[in-house]
Amino acid sequence: MSGFLAVLVIVLIFIVIFQIAKASEYVSILKGEKKARQQSNRINGFLLIAFLVLGLIGVYYCNNLLKGKILGESASVQGEGVDTLIYVTLAITGIVFVGTQILLFWFAFKYQEKEGRKAFYFPHNNKLEVIWTVIPAIALTVLVAFGLKHWFQLTSDAPKDAAIVEVTGKQFNWLIRYPGKDGQLGRRDFKKIDEAASNPLGMDWDDQLGKDDFMATEVHLVVGKPVKFIIGSRDVIHDVGLPQFRMKMDAVPGIPTTLWFTPKYTTKQMKEKTGNPDFTYEISCDQMCGSGHYSMRGVIVVETQEEYDAWVAKQPLQYSLAHPAAAPAEAPKADSTQKTVAANIGKP
Amino acid sequence: MSNEATLHSQQEVMHGAHDHHDHEHHHEDNFISKYVFSLDHKMIAKQFLITGIVWAIIGAFFSVVFRLQLGFPDATFPWLESILGHWAKGGRITPEAYYALVTMHGTILVFFVLTAGLSGTFSNLLIPLQVGARDMASPFMNCLSYWFFFLASLVMMASLFVQTGPASGGWTMYPPLSALGDASIGSKIGVDLWLISMALFVVSQLLGGLNYISTLLNMRTKGMSMTKMPLTIWSFFFTAVLGVLSFPVLLSGFILLLFDRHAGTSFYLSDIFIAGKALANEGGSAILYQHLFWFLGHPEVYIIILPAMGMVSEVLAVSSRKPIFGYLAMIGSLFAICILAFLVWAHHMFVTGLNPFLGAFFVLLTLLIAVPSAIKVFNWLTTIWKGNIRFTPASLFSIGFVSTFISGGLTGIWLGNSSIDIHLHDTYFVIAHFHIVMGVSAFFGMFAGIYHWFPKMYGRFMNNTIGYIHFWVTLIGAYLIFWPMHYEGMAGMPRRYFDYSSWTSFNQFGGLNQFISIVVILVFATQLLFVFNFFYSIFKGRKLTETNPWKATTLEWTTPINPGHGNWPGEIPEVHRWAYDYSKDGRDFIPQTEPIGPNESAH
Repeated sequence: MSGFLAVLVIVLIFIVIFQIAKASEYVSILKGEKKARQQSNRINGFLLIAFLVLGLIGVYYCNNLLKGKILGESASVQGEGVDTLIYVTLAITGIVFVGTQILLFWFAFKYQEKEGRKAFYFPHNNKLEVIWTVIPAIALTVLVAFGLKHWFQLTSDAPKDAAIVEVTGKQFNWLIRYPGKDGQLGRRDFKKIDEAASNPLGMDWDDQLGKDDFMATEVHLVVGKPVKFIIGSRDVIHDVGLPQFRMKMDAVPGIPTTLWFTPKYTTKQMKEKTGNPDFTYEISCDQMCGSGHYSMRGVIVVETQEEYDAWVAKQPLQYSLAHPAAAPAEAPKADSTQKTVAANIGKP
Repeated sequence: MSNEATLHSQQEVMHGAHDHHDHEHHHEDNFISKYVFSLDHKMIAKQFLITGIVWAIIGAFFSVVFRLQLGFPDATFPWLESILGHWAKGGRITPEAYYALVTMHGTILVFFVLTAGLSGTFSNLLIPLQVGARDMASPFMNCLSYWFFFLASLVMMASLFVQTGPASGGWTMYPPLSALGDASIGSKIGVDLWLISMALFVVSQLLGGLNYISTLLNMRTKGMSMTKMPLTIWSFFFTAVLGVLSFPVLLSGFILLLFDRHAGTSFYLSDIFIAGKALANEGGSAILYQHLFWFLGHPEVYIIILPAMGMVSEVLAVSSRKPIFGYLAMIGSLFAICILAFLVWAHHMFVTGLNPFLGAFFVLLTLLIAVPSAIKVFNWLTTIWKGNIRFTPASLFSIGFVSTFISGGLTGIWLGNSSIDIHLHDTYFVIAHFHIVMGVSAFFGMFAGIYHWFPKMYGRFMNNTIGYIHFWVTLIGAYLIFWPMHYEGMAGMPRRYFDYSSWTSFNQFGGLNQFISIVVILVFATQLLFVFNFFYSIFKGRKLTETNPWKATTLEWTTPINPGHGNWPGEIPEVHRWAYDYSKDGRDFIPQTEPIGPNESAH
């Protein structure tokens, strides 16, 4: 019933607008085309300048309303550069935006048709055109230079001592694997994937490096320590989005990708900083991956080294989960191999 | 209607002109050859336009439906179930339906409305009329172009009604999602129909594009050198070149995708485990598709915006009673955009794992596009400076176009810079950016074109008052919808999410999403008002009393009010000057057909 009423109201509004529009057309014919045009010109000229003023106030108001809900401080060291670049770009484009919009609507208002006004025949002016080719070119050169500097920093190789976490997307959740004590991930083959046998990543159990790998439901990171994500996908393209860290990288089946960053604040610190007791670092999937795309949520916990070590100690090795019977016998042996490997590569 | 007499009393004067069939086309048109399989470029333009309008209503309605979900995720709308059935059980659309709607909204608007509906309409209408040709180089190919588009439309429409639903992997149709029926219900027969429809669409674009190019290169009237052409024609030229060079690449990408789907090839597939089993495909690259797709996909956004730029340039000059400022710079910047359009596609792929060194070049070339774009904006501003502007609905939409083009163009500088793109990629910031710059702007250009050339198409005016209401609600509404989305994007809020309520990082915008959805409904209703105005005015609009209602210089206004097939009853007029002699030497305007006077100042 209310739906029917709503449609009725809309139709009525349509009819009213239509009748007014038709009536005003007759009036304008009776008044004479010129007079009608002058009148509508005045009204629209006023509306244009009103739109400019209210629009700029609206931009300011919108910013006040929403600025507290966005960005916040970057939670990674690398994200600081991204934020700086955003603010530089905002300043440059902001000035151009306000300037050109004011000119546009001001000119439209000021040079509306008036009795006796003659338009100025002004087909070209080389000097002006050179000026406004060169100035944007210089501004953009600055932005490109800044941008590329950050780009090469962001995409540079991770430091040697970076922790390693493997994040693999699948419809519709993230599979997280840690390399264990040896700091190296074991070999994988998608043909060995077997959910029933606790091997969702298709780990190759013949590879000694994989025997101390463990999987987790959340990513745990140590504050202040660089971490490198090795990203992949089991089925379609996903994307690891880390809004608080200003990082993002596609997860492509068959082509591993990486990103690295250094978390600055623990989850606990962020809860205090944001005043939000529910604050969580989240991994969002940013590449359309099917009907559950919107629910592909991962959680990152940033904590101190002690908390991290305590957490790691509690994680069962994936090898033991996949081999429940063999585990007690295998585990110590695997552990001793890893110690040698770990010693070889230095700090785990 | 008693006022009908007032309305049309003085208007019968010029009306007899089109009754003379004294040009070379003597055949009697029957209904089929005149309205259905017409060879007349003007009728084909109208066919493109009206088909585009129908698609625009459907595509925009889809956005209203998915905005209801985003704005009111907890509410139910029983009427949705009555139209969508099990796709909206209990009055709330399912995620599958949501993604199908999003995908179809994108496909329809980008290809069927803003490519076919915009450049199809106005290239067809204006190229022969403004260069002084009786019709296209090949009227038959032109007719085929429309009917291939129509076939594409039928197939796409059919895909909406298949049991597993239409394609739902996003309008970019990235594999492996789009290649594997097991990955998504929409990737079953829906994607096949989508690909077939798009293949037909590419054929339509190529037939049309080649025709536009050959017509305006070869069939210009006497005296119409390239540099005397109006900017509309230049923009249609570059648009057609872009389309002809890039659509085949898209088609090749689609064909490989079809092979992957049905012939067991592995162009895009590798290392995939889905639905409980590992697929045999190895060695393919999902990223290859993105290269092929965006090699069209990026020129595509210029295919959409260039015609709008051309028409806005023309309308701004006419309504300011001033020549367009920097005619040659305008052509030069169109040319620069056209070249650069082919060299920036990978800026859509900064976070795919693209080699960062390669990415650097795409950053440079992408930001370079801002230079010709800035030239165009400054030239438009200077065109209205010291003008004598008449605010017709067309000129208001042109001013609106410049405003939104600035707003949306500037955010392109953000996204083109790869370091910023890492954070903003695939968030609402991107949605805001491209909807303002290629959605709203292109629509504004299209509306400007429709209001301006409606008298040429139908011999009648559209209603001005509804036009003004249409403009103001649309301009204000567009900013209210898309401006706040920048903020959502800055917060990292990803696009194409069905529901944000379970996320702690993105659930702070509930009220804002509601507000946006309400504005969307209002703006949609206003577009229906425009559609009504359009169709009503075809039959009942105020009739033209003169051939040149806007006092424009270009050739289309030298034809009779209702030109027959062949456009000019007698000789095609000869051209003596450029298209922008407004307010020169104290005269309001000098038509292109008037010879240069002995004492005339040079421009």
